[in-house]
Amino acid sequence: MVRLQDLPVEELFTSGHRLCAGCGAGTVMRMTMKALRGPTVVVNATGCVEVASTIYPYTSWKVSWVHIAFENAAAVASGIEAAYKVLRRKGLWDKYVDVIAIAGDGGTFDIGIQALSGALERGHDFLYICYDNEAYMNTGIQRSGATPHGAATTTSPAGRKIPGKPEFKKDLIGICVAHGIEYAATASPAYWNDYITKVRKALEVDGPAVIHVFAPCPTGMRFDPSKSIEVARLAVQTRYWPVYEVERGKYKLNIKVPQPKPLLEFLKMQGRFTHLFQPEAQRELEALQMWVEENWKRIATLCGEKT
Amino acid sequence: MGKVTGLTGNEAIAYAVKQCNVDVVAAYPITPQTIMVEVISEYVYNGEIDAEYVCVESEHSALSACIGASLTGARVFTATASQGLALMHEILYVASGLRCPIVMGVANRALSAPLNIHGDHSDMMGSRDCGWIQIYAESPQEAYDWIIQAFKIAEDHRVLLPVSVNIDGFILSHSMERVEILEDGDVSKFLPPRKPFITIDPTKPITVGALCLPDYYFEVKFQQIQALKESFNVIREVNAEYETLAERKYGFLETYAMDDAEAAIICLGSTAGTAKAVAMDLRSKGKKVGVIKPWVYRPFPEEELIKAVGDVKAIAVLDRACSFGAPFNALCSDIIATLYRHGKDLRVFNCLYGLGGRDITPNDLKIIFEEALEVAKTGKVKEYVKYVGVRE
Amino acid sequence: MSEKKLGWKSLSIGGYLLEPGSAMKYKTGDWRAFKPVIDQKKCINCLLCWIYCPDSAIIRLEKYVEVNYDYCKGCGICANECPVKCITMVEEER
Repeated sequence: MVRLQDLPVEELFTSGHRLCAGCGAGTVMRMTMKALRGPTVVVNATGCVEVASTIYPYTSWKVSWVHIAFENAAAVASGIEAAYKVLRRKGLWDKYVDVIAIAGDGGTFDIGIQALSGALERGHDFLYICYDNEAYMNTGIQRSGATPHGAATTTSPAGRKIPGKPEFKKDLIGICVAHGIEYAATASPAYWNDYITKVRKALEVDGPAVIHVFAPCPTGMRFDPSKSIEVARLAVQTRYWPVYEVERGKYKLNIKVPQPKPLLEFLKMQGRFTHLFQPEAQRELEALQMWVEENWKRIATLCGEKT
Repeated sequence: MGKVTGLTGNEAIAYAVKQCNVDVVAAYPITPQTIMVEVISEYVYNGEIDAEYVCVESEHSALSACIGASLTGARVFTATASQGLALMHEILYVASGLRCPIVMGVANRALSAPLNIHGDHSDMMGSRDCGWIQIYAESPQEAYDWIIQAFKIAEDHRVLLPVSVNIDGFILSHSMERVEILEDGDVSKFLPPRKPFITIDPTKPITVGALCLPDYYFEVKFQQIQALKESFNVIREVNAEYETLAERKYGFLETYAMDDAEAAIICLGSTAGTAKAVAMDLRSKGKKVGVIKPWVYRPFPEEELIKAVGDVKAIAVLDRACSFGAPFNALCSDIIATLYRHGKDLRVFNCLYGLGGRDITPNDLKIIFEEALEVAKTGKVKEYVKYVGVRE
Repeated sequence: MSEKKLGWKSLSIGGYLLEPGSAMKYKTGDWRAFKPVIDQKKCINCLLCWIYCPDSAIIRLEKYVEVNYDYCKGCGICANECPVKCITMVEEER
């Protein structure tokens, strides 16, 4: 259990970054930094957080921070982890270093999935955090493997023939768990306590751990910036974003949603879904609703919950 | 002095890496480099070196992991070839841009398509502007010697750039030759543990890889240009120090029978060995020919080249990689540019040869020498770019 | 913001940034169209606005919180999340 009063006042992800007003990823970064336990190196994949937080000559980071490219955060983290391991063994370095790789959904679900898979398989001791704003928001809202069905992006627009993204969201945690890693979890910044607890837990793991956290994006999902946390909360309360963890293969539902709010409440808040409420997109809306329901059932079943 | 043994190019590089006491090796196997990483894995798995071997899932991740490791202050090695180097391409520029003194062994091989596993220089030439120091070895001995020197050059604070040591795929990577190896202790003395200029030490946090917009990017790149210039001095110093240790002389390029030569061949890597033998044969018949073999291709050794060229009247430049659509292939372009810049007015023609591992025979080289002599005599180039041995 | 731009000789190697958190020198407050105003008498110091602010623009004091207008981009998350509704978004006058 985390108490806000007990969290460090010091900001290791400082003001002065150029993330959009109301950026959910910004909140996620701050919370992440408040969960650290010791010397830490952050590896950041190319993306919103990376470009907005380190515009030369300014940096928002007060931990050591490395950016190499878009698709290789997990590989870079592997190298850093391996290096500190051997340097410690050789007596050339004396501290334990937490290595955290941070990437968006594009850098994780799509272009970075190979590097992530490799690093998980090799068992490096690091934490991988995917902040998922469900599209390539940094380059102007292009669809990714994490974009939900029906959402309008600039490469899956609400067209007259095809109303939004025809495909469905990938199961990132399923993929990670299939590597047999010790810890994987989803989270939402609205539930700060759950998220910070999970980051701390994941850091304790001796081996790779993955956290997949929802990152509401007012610009790309198109909602009022003041509603970021509300959207993140509704995502959970409508069962759109199940919050659970998987420890050594055992699933556990962390936030139970016995009486879910109507999914429409969540969808209607966001401009990316507006077109789904036109009569001709009725089927797409139903398909998305069906997916959310099925996904919840699947997760709840894995977690041993009654559905 | 050390001992004499028989090693292939791949084994010679692996052995040198072992003696250099690397901390991290991240690499992905690819023909014809494979044996290099297999041998290094054996060293690690048998406890012969205390290093982390990160068995990555791609070359892209190999170099990415190497950069991460290098930023901690570790001594880092990787190796690749061909498609693997091409897959690394994006990250090659990051390694040099972030000033990571990584050393890489490359067993040069043709690029697809068509698929071909044999030796040519298409891979490294395709990445020749990536900001790395690039060295081409003629033999396993040279590969061994250059790897040891490469770490010292790369890690020098005046340089801080990655270095690739290139060996011709199969021709060098898989051929066993006599190699003189140094004592472990001598290598350690020559190459003490790396002293990093700056690291990502989390107790003194820094930001590496920030977004540089048009207002700063150029200055950061200019630093790299300067570092490459600075590397000339460092390479010279390291070569000199290595000579006292190993009694083998290295430099930016090697000249053979150039003193009174009228015509010369300039080529990289193993071909120089054949060219030297053919030159010796022609010399015995009174023909004044010589060979220039650049060891260091980047930074391009202009002054040394001009000095080596001397009063030669014609040069045949041999390229083992095609610069499609360009007036000349890469090495030749660099040589012509250098001659022009230094006001040297002599005849040059370019021979593209050996693509996809096609042999270049002593007879091919003899014909090229003869043509160069003819050009030297007449002052006229018949054909600026020749394609050696290609069938109609 | 006008800051003297350094040349290649003065810049740190490789574009590394050696001063942690130097972004604090870059004030994002002028992005704001609406500004949050806190009624400190009503503030219960629950710190929810503090934890949710993406810009670290809420300052923790002993009994209540304050807004750091140098950095607040005016997103309004704080006002939206405040459980006692003690934060009002007021249009900036410029």
